[in-house]
Amino acid sequence: MHRTGELYGQFQTLEQQKESATLGMWTFLITEILFFGGLFLTYTINRHTYPEVFSFASRTIKLSWGAINTVVLIGSSLTMAMSVWAAQVGKKKLVTFFLLATLILGSVFLGIKAIEYRAKFVEHHVPGASFDMYYCSNNPEACEMSPEDLAKEKSELAALEKAVGGPVAVNSHSQLFFSLYFGMTGLHALHMIIGAGLLIWLVVESMKGRFTPQYNTPVENIGLYWHFVDIVWIYLFPLLYLIDRH
Amino acid sequence: MSNNTEQTGHTEHIVSPGLYLTIFIALMVLTGTTYFAAQVDLNRYFTALNIIVALLIATCKATLVILFFMHAKYSSKRTQLIIICGVVWLGIMLFMTLSDYASRHLDVH
Repeated sequence: MHRTGELYGQFQTLEQQKESATLGMWTFLITEILFFGGLFLTYTINRHTYPEVFSFASRTIKLSWGAINTVVLIGSSLTMAMSVWAAQVGKKKLVTFFLLATLILGSVFLGIKAIEYRAKFVEHHVPGASFDMYYCSNNPEACEMSPEDLAKEKSELAALEKAVGGPVAVNSHSQLFFSLYFGMTGLHALHMIIGAGLLIWLVVESMKGRFTPQYNTPVENIGLYWHFVDIVWIYLFPLLYLIDRH
Repeated sequence: MSNNTEQTGHTEHIVSPGLYLTIFIALMVLTGTTYFAAQVDLNRYFTALNIIVALLIATCKATLVILFFMHAKYSSKRTQLIIICGVVWLGIMLFMTLSDYASRHLDVH
């Protein structure tokens, strides 16, 4: 693996060599598009089949955390793009600075995700043996529900039961929603953790002064991966959090 | 915007921080728009308008990220073709599977 960007034998020009690396990353990202695409397709079909329950289940997820995470992640894409710029203009200290900023913002995202997952755990919304969409309406203090929220939830659950034919259907359909929620955001979070690992490597290498205007391909291509993970979230946010907030 | 000439004479297009910041602000505006559009009942005017609007906004955001943050606008035609192929392939999966489901009358409840 070339460390300084010198031309390898099978390439005719440096430009060709660099483009082949970029094309490799794009090809991998296409496989990722189809990977996530399959999950989005599953979600779409299930949401179309169980619209009322999906709408209700979606509203039990705190919208503010999702919105903050969207801002944080797009911000991390900005800092990632800036690190590529810094390498292109030879500002080596700024490369490290922006890579660290990206890493920190990504970690903030993961931290907020952990807070969200914990809330779902407390409310018995994690698919499995203890899944119970009625837990909060039966234990409002455990879910920190105000009396108004409790009354609203009880009436919505009653309406749902009429629409889908009973509490068993309400529970099974919402378990579908949360399986998809955890599956999709979990896979996304896994990709972010991998991205964070790659960023740590980039930070260390940038501190050795490895990235220059002549050679910054790893920064650019790991940037492509990071931006892709951002795009997945750009679609996840409206589909999971913004179904029915009116 | 400055040019960087390598050994081969190829000039690499360097996107300015100003443009990155502009795109970021546009993305923030679009995020706010989708957030507030979700609070309004658009389904009154047209079936499923809420989700259509949400997906349109998300696609605008994704396009901005791909074009500018991922440098697709400044990439070779070869790279741009590969990107478009990826989207087309996703479209095949979505279109064919959804039309399959749409054309069957399944009793769900």
